[in-house]
Amino acid sequence: MSVYGADKRHHTLTVLVENKSGVLARVAGLFSRRGYNIFSLAVAPSDDERFSRITIVVDVESSPLEQIIKQLDKLIPVVSITELDPAVSRERELLLATVEAGPDTRGQVIQLVGVFEGKIVDVGHDRLTVMLAGAPTKLDDFEDLIRGYGIVDMQRTGRVALPMLDRSGDHSPRLHAEPPLGHHTEKAG
Amino acid sequence: MELTGAQALIKSLEMQQVEVMFGLPGGAILPVYDPIIDSSIRHILVRHEQGAGHMAEGYAQVTGRPGVAMVTSGPGATNIVTPLADAYMDSIPLVVVTGQVPTTAIGTDAFQESDITGITMGITKHNWLITDVKDIPRVVAEAFHVATTGRPGPVLIDIPKDVANQRMEWYWPEPSDLDLPGYHPVTEGDPALVRRAAELLLAAERPVIYAGGGILKARAADALRELAERTGIPVVTTLMARGSFPDSHPLCLGMPGMHGNYTAVTAMQRSDLLIALGSRFDDRVTGRVDSFAPEAKVIHVDIDPAEHNKVRLADVAIAGDCRLVIDELLVALDDLGLSHSDATRGGRGGAPSDAVSGAPESAGSLAASHPRDRLIPWRAQLSEWQRRFPLVYDQQPGSGALKPQFVLEALRDATPDDTIVASGVGQHQMFASQWWQFDHPYTWVNSGGLGTMGYAVPAAIGAKVGRPSTMVWAVDGDGCFQMTAQELVTASSERIPVKIAILNNAYLGMVRQWQEMFYEERYSEVYLSPDLPDYVGWAEAMGCVGMRVDSSDEVAPAIDKANDIDDRPVVIDFRTDAFEKVYPMVAAGSSNDDILVDPSLAEDGRP
Repeated sequence: MSVYGADKRHHTLTVLVENKSGVLARVAGLFSRRGYNIFSLAVAPSDDERFSRITIVVDVESSPLEQIIKQLDKLIPVVSITELDPAVSRERELLLATVEAGPDTRGQVIQLVGVFEGKIVDVGHDRLTVMLAGAPTKLDDFEDLIRGYGIVDMQRTGRVALPMLDRSGDHSPRLHAEPPLGHHTEKAG
Repeated sequence: MELTGAQALIKSLEMQQVEVMFGLPGGAILPVYDPIIDSSIRHILVRHEQGAGHMAEGYAQVTGRPGVAMVTSGPGATNIVTPLADAYMDSIPLVVVTGQVPTTAIGTDAFQESDITGITMGITKHNWLITDVKDIPRVVAEAFHVATTGRPGPVLIDIPKDVANQRMEWYWPEPSDLDLPGYHPVTEGDPALVRRAAELLLAAERPVIYAGGGILKARAADALRELAERTGIPVVTTLMARGSFPDSHPLCLGMPGMHGNYTAVTAMQRSDLLIALGSRFDDRVTGRVDSFAPEAKVIHVDIDPAEHNKVRLADVAIAGDCRLVIDELLVALDDLGLSHSDATRGGRGGAPSDAVSGAPESAGSLAASHPRDRLIPWRAQLSEWQRRFPLVYDQQPGSGALKPQFVLEALRDATPDDTIVASGVGQHQMFASQWWQFDHPYTWVNSGGLGTMGYAVPAAIGAKVGRPSTMVWAVDGDGCFQMTAQELVTASSERIPVKIAILNNAYLGMVRQWQEMFYEERYSEVYLSPDLPDYVGWAEAMGCVGMRVDSSDEVAPAIDKANDIDDRPVVIDFRTDAFEKVYPMVAAGSSNDDILVDPSLAEDGRP
């Protein structure tokens, strides 16, 4: 089963916002009142303490991507928006799961974690807590495979993403917003 | 110079050249009311915070300057939520200051606490909760900048009581000190797109300029007129744009939409090019979107790029200020060889029924190659529609029921050309928009997007404060009047001589109309009584002159008497026909092709 899977419904937006109180509420409120669906949302400080980066995976079937981006852009604390088409970006996500692993199955679970290049971060008498970072589809596969052993608890972070590097020599990420509309990070401050 | 936060706030408003503010004090905002005593700013004490917000809106709509209102925390703040939502929908620049409980009490469900920045997040362009007294001048400067630039809109500043009492060293920020890294509104249109628009414009055979409220916000009425006259393209003016192009102009088709006139609605439906200038394809204009103007290409100019392709895909979408883009468009038309002769330049006085027909005749004197010639058949068609489907009503003389349209015509004819008209929401609003002749920008003040009943009285008061030497009439319904009439006490005590015409049909008239047409005449909770309240007695109790008019021959004398009173507000209770309906009408969810005209013009009202 896929949470968002490899379908074409989702697009990833990385949104640079002012690091001020209430900004996440403004973004979330916009999505709610305009009826846009979110698959996942991750917030973290950026390398500049004045700004935070919100990575939003949006459902482009709920509303056209152009509208979502332009409405987001109208929020005053939104500094820039970069649209990342899954086809040209590197997406990663982190999964933490506590799995049933009694004497009979412990070896199989450890082996599976090894195959997926995950890590065991905690060990109990009959359970293991495992960690896996990777492409979201890889996490989907892993989740499917460990389900059979019994998932006690699981958390996924929601994805973060960066544009795929262009080997032709053009290093600029694909900014969705055209120049008159776009808010470029270098203008910040 | 050391000031308290409260003093700094008032001084910051003075630095923004605020001349007047509307408000009502209370606990949390008390510190900020103290320095008002020593300030140059005139404060108008309202009787309900909603009145303060609508007064600020009316002031802003007629002056182009931001309206300022100040209220206390909790219920004071929530009472001004409706005006904020209204101003957000109609892009009116508003700066609202709310008191807040002390920072130490925020989040504790303190007395008169409400999370007003949270509540108004979706109905303000932006809002601020000030937690550091040093931020006050900068935030006020940012608030005015955000409210008045780009697509204008309301902003809110929430100031906790302890912050207002703290002390700070006064400063006034330079523009470069504003901390708005994510705010860069566009103003000039992309030249390539402008040129593409000019080409479409010259190639069109059935073009219509679809002028919206953005024309007025951009102060682009003169530019619009030049564009229309240079190209010979007819203009519809939406409810928010009435007055942006003169109704008396031969190229003016009037208001489109749900209660627009037949020609304006049908011109858009049959058009091959809509030039949308500061308009947003509102559902009241488009009717059912999938059958709206099916053959039209669309040029869409709006300062808010999010309006592009929101409702209708545009062939050319230009982000920019309407005035600047129209100027660019005129240059592009020059480059494409459009000559400057202005045979369609309008004078005043063309009767509505043959207004457009003047244009093709005068166009005959132009060089045959002029692109305007291409529009001769189109304008002839429009004239034909205007002739066949004018706005009509039937006023019987003597004791016949008084028609609201008759009252409006009498009022229009008895008042100066530049009279400002404010209205509430409902039948009276549509009648006013239809029957007034708007020949000047910024003379029509109404609640378009939100449709706020009760808007007229306070908005008229705010308009009169902003333009004291201009006559201001509110055209109100009896339902609307009862919602905000208490502000006439404010008007009387502040000596703001507004005039109110209540079209009293004893019903929530527009709802009654829908129940008659779509709910099998099952009238549910719409009857209000003509006599309760006693409007004349109520007006007089509020310090106004009150009059009552029952028949058509009393109308003109009453209006004349009202026009002569300039030292207090006047209220006239016009007892109008409860059965009169607003036509034309496009039923909600219907196609504009299914417009119903007055039944006297066509069988079943279907043209």
